[in-house]
Amino acid sequence: MSALPMLPAADPRRGSSHRLRDLGRATPWILPGLVLIIAVVLFPAGLMIYTSTRRISQSGVDRGGVGLANYATIFGLSDLPGVLLRTLIWVVVVVAGTVVVSLVLAHFLNKAFPGRTIVRIILIIPWAASVLMTTLVIYYMFEPNYGLVNNLLMRIHAWLANSPLHLDWLVTFANGDYGFTKRMPAAFILAIFVAIFVSLPFTTYTLLAGYQSVPKDVIEAACVDGATSWRTYRYVTLPMLRPALMAATIINIINVFNSYPILKVLTGSMPGFGADTTTTMMFKLLQTNQRADLAATLSVVNFGIVIVVIAAYMWLVKPLKGVDE
Amino acid sequence: MMARTQAAHLRPSSRYTSPVEPGRVWLRICMGVVLALLFLVPYIVMLLGSFKSLAEISRTPPTFIPQQWHLDNYITMWSVSETPLPDNLLSTIVIASLATLLTLAVSLPAAFYTAKYRFPGRMAFLFLVLMTQMLQPAVLVTGLFREAFALGLNGTWAAMILINAAFNMSFGTWILHSFFASIPTEVDEAARIDGANTWQVLTRINLPLIWPGIVTAVIFTFVAAWNEFAASVVILSSAPTRQPLSVALFSFVGQYQTKWQYVFGVSIVAIVPVLILFAIIQNKLVAGLTAGSIK
Repeated sequence: MSALPMLPAADPRRGSSHRLRDLGRATPWILPGLVLIIAVVLFPAGLMIYTSTRRISQSGVDRGGVGLANYATIFGLSDLPGVLLRTLIWVVVVVAGTVVVSLVLAHFLNKAFPGRTIVRIILIIPWAASVLMTTLVIYYMFEPNYGLVNNLLMRIHAWLANSPLHLDWLVTFANGDYGFTKRMPAAFILAIFVAIFVSLPFTTYTLLAGYQSVPKDVIEAACVDGATSWRTYRYVTLPMLRPALMAATIINIINVFNSYPILKVLTGSMPGFGADTTTTMMFKLLQTNQRADLAATLSVVNFGIVIVVIAAYMWLVKPLKGVDE
Repeated sequence: MMARTQAAHLRPSSRYTSPVEPGRVWLRICMGVVLALLFLVPYIVMLLGSFKSLAEISRTPPTFIPQQWHLDNYITMWSVSETPLPDNLLSTIVIASLATLLTLAVSLPAAFYTAKYRFPGRMAFLFLVLMTQMLQPAVLVTGLFREAFALGLNGTWAAMILINAAFNMSFGTWILHSFFASIPTEVDEAARIDGANTWQVLTRINLPLIWPGIVTAVIFTFVAAWNEFAASVVILSSAPTRQPLSVALFSFVGQYQTKWQYVFGVSIVAIVPVLILFAIIQNKLVAGLTAGSIK
């Protein structure tokens, strides 16, 4: 091992015995990682696909193969179109909202002002805190009986109802009689806001990292040439932020698609699948209905969607480009 | 600290662009305060709520500041009937710590070797690592549950340690790889000429140089494992004493009554250590998550 030259060139003319020797030397270094990925990522993925073709009893016993019957069951559910539509709305609205707000936040936090570091650290809190804990406290704030925000909205509602313009419908629409937490679509809308809130720190920080690659003299040159600040932003800053924006968007798509705790807290107590996305529906099938086979089937569908997003990431962002071949 | 921050940030910008007018700086400070408050409010409600009595926290109309401060919530919560909270804290610490150690033990050699050497299948391995980074336990949880069921690992720490390590080793490998790759080959070669073997090149030459990368990888992995929910809630559903705090929290949420003061107390206990860790690496927070995609 001590005689191994550093960075031997990847020479295609090297003999197969050399290649075998290179592989043999690499093995002890990468094998643990490879084993972990195979055992905890690839194998369960395969097992999941296998399980989707089986009938599994509630106690977990395999009752034999059923072909594609589980897929027929899942795609035959009358709830499925609604679940798919909600998943699409959930991902698109949350990711779009997150990206737009994060662009504004990053633009602001990239400017110099006293106390900026403190604001940046406070912005980390929803990232450091578990999503479940943040969701629970926001749920509490909107609780119909003792929620602080709900109470505030009810006061505004009363004030608006007494005002000459009768604007109380504005709050009634959002608030209703039962608050935000016990009914659709208000609970789902609140969940969207929570999901944006917890996604902002990561996205904003990614964009702030992207700002470091925007040279100040380019901005300066645009200003000297008489560009307005909006035109400078639109035609100089934004194109340079593109790699960071792409990475943040795609990682957010995956995170939001896989998100479970927010909807579990805010709409999880509602019976049926009337407020679910494909991810939360899968958890219900697995835990509430105790149907591992149907959960596996829906997971395979979810897995397929995630793989498509990852492929888009590899193609659009080319994250392996930075690695020397 | 504020004055120093101001000086450090104002000087370079005023060198390149026109000096910032004082009025504009004040506007920015005001916006900064509003922004900070917006992000702080839920956590202030959480902190204040953790000091209220059950009667006060479920009262209509609600109070914001506690009328009576129940500091003893932080003592009584350890002996409630809903969940064995001391066990849950221990579980969180054990799972997060051992998963972090395992992640480091696996990703450090892989990152070092892929950054320094060429071998057949190197790009394939890195591709696999990147794929894993984009996957999450939630999408594979049924498969993980069935695998743990077959191996008799449901309800064990071992299952959650392995799951957390596997889904975080990709990130660890990725960020450490970029740190190793940034060390010039000449440094390694000089050590080699002096008679160092591969192991010594790693431990004596590279590790002292890349420790900021290790700190970042360790903190990220630890925080991710600390807050993990989707896999824990399924794998540990049958073992209340092994559940981490994030899962145990649900025991306080009842159909008719929720002990919010304990929900918030436990949340504060869980959030504070993690927030301190994150604040330490504030500047490097994104470097690895998007390593390779942002140059």
